[in-house]
Amino acid sequence: MRCGVVVFPGSNCDHDVYHVLKHVLGQDAVFLWHDEADLHGCDLVVLPGGFAYGDYLRAGAMAALSPIMAEVRRHAAAGGPVLGICNGFQMLLEAGLLPGAMRRNRDLRFLCQDVWLRVERDDLAFTSRYARGQVLRMPIAHAEGNYVDRDEALDALEKAGGVVFRYASPGGETAEGWNPNGSARAIAGVVNAGGNVLGMMPHPERCAEQVLGGEDGLGLFASLVAAAVEVRHA
Amino acid sequence: MPSAPTARRAAATEELAAGYGLAADELERLRAVLGRDPGSLELGIVSSLWSEHCSYKSSKTMLAELPTSGPFVLEGPGENAGAVDIGNGWVAVFKMESHNHPSFIEPYQGAATGVGGILRDVFTMGARPVALLDSLRFGSLDAPRMRHLVDGVVRGIGDYGNCVGVPTVGGETGFHPSYDGNVVVNAFALGLARRERVFTARAAGAGNPLYYVGSRTGRDGIHGATMASESFDAESEAKRPTVQVGDPFTEKVLLEACLQAMRTGAVVAVQDMGAAGLTSSSFEMASRGGMGFNLRLDAVPLREAALTPYEIMLSESQERMLLVARRGREEEVVRVFERWGLEVSKVGELTENGLGRIYHRRARVAELPVKAIVDGGPVYDRPAAPPPDLERRWQSPDLPVEDPTATLARLLATPELGSKEWIWRQYDHSVRTNTVAGPGGDAAVLLLKGTEAGLGLVADVNPVYCALDPRRGGRQAVAEAVRNLACVGAEPVGLTDCLNFGSPESPEVYWQFRECVLGMAEACRELEVPVVSGNVSFYNETAGRPIHPTPTVAMVGLIPDLGQLPRAFFTAAGHRIVLLGRDAEEMGGSAYLRLVHGVEQGRPPAVDLAAEERLAALLRFLAFEGWVATAHDLAEGGLAVALAEAAFGRGLGASVTVAASPTALFSETQARAFVAAPPARLEAILEEAERWGVPAADVGEVGGARLVIRGDGGVLDADVEALRQVWETALPRALGM
Repeated sequence: MRCGVVVFPGSNCDHDVYHVLKHVLGQDAVFLWHDEADLHGCDLVVLPGGFAYGDYLRAGAMAALSPIMAEVRRHAAAGGPVLGICNGFQMLLEAGLLPGAMRRNRDLRFLCQDVWLRVERDDLAFTSRYARGQVLRMPIAHAEGNYVDRDEALDALEKAGGVVFRYASPGGETAEGWNPNGSARAIAGVVNAGGNVLGMMPHPERCAEQVLGGEDGLGLFASLVAAAVEVRHA
Repeated sequence: MPSAPTARRAAATEELAAGYGLAADELERLRAVLGRDPGSLELGIVSSLWSEHCSYKSSKTMLAELPTSGPFVLEGPGENAGAVDIGNGWVAVFKMESHNHPSFIEPYQGAATGVGGILRDVFTMGARPVALLDSLRFGSLDAPRMRHLVDGVVRGIGDYGNCVGVPTVGGETGFHPSYDGNVVVNAFALGLARRERVFTARAAGAGNPLYYVGSRTGRDGIHGATMASESFDAESEAKRPTVQVGDPFTEKVLLEACLQAMRTGAVVAVQDMGAAGLTSSSFEMASRGGMGFNLRLDAVPLREAALTPYEIMLSESQERMLLVARRGREEEVVRVFERWGLEVSKVGELTENGLGRIYHRRARVAELPVKAIVDGGPVYDRPAAPPPDLERRWQSPDLPVEDPTATLARLLATPELGSKEWIWRQYDHSVRTNTVAGPGGDAAVLLLKGTEAGLGLVADVNPVYCALDPRRGGRQAVAEAVRNLACVGAEPVGLTDCLNFGSPESPEVYWQFRECVLGMAEACRELEVPVVSGNVSFYNETAGRPIHPTPTVAMVGLIPDLGQLPRAFFTAAGHRIVLLGRDAEEMGGSAYLRLVHGVEQGRPPAVDLAAEERLAALLRFLAFEGWVATAHDLAEGGLAVALAEAAFGRGLGASVTVAASPTALFSETQARAFVAAPPARLEAILEEAERWGVPAADVGEVGGARLVIRGDGGVLDADVEALRQVWETALPRALGM
């Protein structure tokens, strides 16, 4: 699979995602430059975490207007997989590729800690290696991850199966105490109607090697690789 | 007889010099170097270069006592940061710096720009920053402004480091009323570079152009270096404009651009415009290479047009670098910075004449002999005198522990010994995916990708020990860092320090400084740890009241194999606990006396460096062999606190029996640690301890929901979860969060 990791000025998880794709999973990975309207033939596009343009406006707001984003939209419209992690998720919201918005975390502070996620969909290209109801342990690191939308929109999102990950207890229960940032309905990850654009606040790339304390994030990338192989064989 | 106008001019110069903080004898020295009266811009430049902050004039003679070389040291003090060979073709570049004065005046920006400055010191050496630590000292949380200072400093560090994407993997935080009027904010950064790609800030090659890159220059931070060389008084609030404003986004972009430009081969040297801005970067870089330079201020990118030459030379606007490019290859450098959207402007060139010539609107506004100014500054051997009541301070009060269970709970409920998670949860400590052990353990552990090896990082100092016996305090800071590293199996490769003290003009403060440095030097020599970089911060005092002496030590160690890393907490029930080292019931300066009785008295524990060396060697051996699952050192609060900390990690209690009085459970005798391991390893561990000459005893077992310590004449028995609650909420509760 050819994977493109977009580098915006201020991206800082670009190398981490690249490392997992290239060195842990042995995929063909390249960096894509924000200012270039060219995906260089990538099958997968990753919008990595960080603080694109400093996030001095709303997080992701300026990056959503970068030249490369027009190509990302085209890729998504054609059914190509797009993964936005943390700041990348915020960009997808700002770009209108996913519904909803982000507010500051409930206690208005940056939070870096491990959280538990309940997998809500295992039928996506992103999640085939997980089982529905499985609980994953992953780090978060953000100040603006408090997902919000109108109630009707949230109902519609749930109904359409748009919620992929929810903050939960280690036993898989959703409860206020296990929701680190105050996200509506404990939503941690959202997918579009086509099932090919995923945004998530937790960092799967930070838990893809045992030496770092866990491998629960590896399944997400491995799912994408498996899906790409299937596409090729189809 | 001088003519009247000359005398008038001389008098005006003297008045200006005094206003810039240049002493009368320093002005005379400058006149002797120049053979004439300095102009006003020259006076401004030299007063900054000769400020305590830039010139180390009161500390130089003492710093010479510290060992700075070793088989793996590539660059020692004097460069932007120290550089040590860590094998596999990698070099670790690291340094720590203080940002105490600005952080007290404006905590958010003060702390943020402290992080920014230390990161630039590392990446100017061609190293990619991969880790930050910070060592913080605050006053009593009831003191005026103190909660605001804690909140601002933590947010400032977090927002800056998080945005740049360098993890803050550890550090330490303390609280003591001596910091009520001056907080200590020490930031450490470590970067990695390939051995053949280490850069220095040595200007070379006459005719090579000087480039200004990064942010534009504004009026912020003018006089920052001189501000950091003064004590505080009632007027300090008026100094707020001398605090710089940070922009971590520009820093991140500057970092990527500098590393990329360095890879082109078209860059000769780079220096950060830190304290004293364009002045220090141009003069220091030229001086190291024995060069002169021409600098044209009209080419400096400005935020507003009307800056004077003085303001341009002394501005401490952040995120700026001065760079020497190779003549003929300038375009390659310019292209990189333009790609990243940064200012890049040719502002001058290197010359062979050894003169720093500064031009503004075609006029030469300053001409100073570079080397004579940079190396020829004043050096002071300050008078030192111990406090008259030293003997009385060393008398131990007779305050035995009566109820060890209640005492432990009380200690863990203080912000001093409580969990610091409220702080470090606000720092991204996992970005860059190298963090194997983050904040909260004995030492942070970083993975060196592509190798089996790792790095251990730690920051340590006990200011109460240093106040009571600075010699022992200096020795202890180094010894504890070595011990903490040994707990994760790391062998020290070097240290960097931040020496935070009051006014060196006070004989008692200077004595504290001298004794601390001598203590550190003894420990560094004995334990073979070179000092590769560092920083001195004097004048941390307000209205004549100095902070406790705070010689912060940040040490870096190499872990040959990460496969067997011991943890600072208990990992499995049934593991046997082996106590290493021998207690001498030393309560002087202890957390128990201070936090339970409010008594800061007694001689701090002795530091037996040979015993420390044996213990560290044993701990490294046990870690390397993979025989121990847990290793944790005994520090503030002694055995009781250390066992409780180990129990909190996974909520696993322990049952221990020791031949110790209830008081001795809180003794802070040095050179002690405990390990925990499967019972099958017990015999081998005890044998090894004997072989290395370390007293060792099998004292008990991991398991259960309670921490039980049976001693002579009392039992400590507490529910681990209840204790953990107390410990975890101590700091947020004290902050009113």
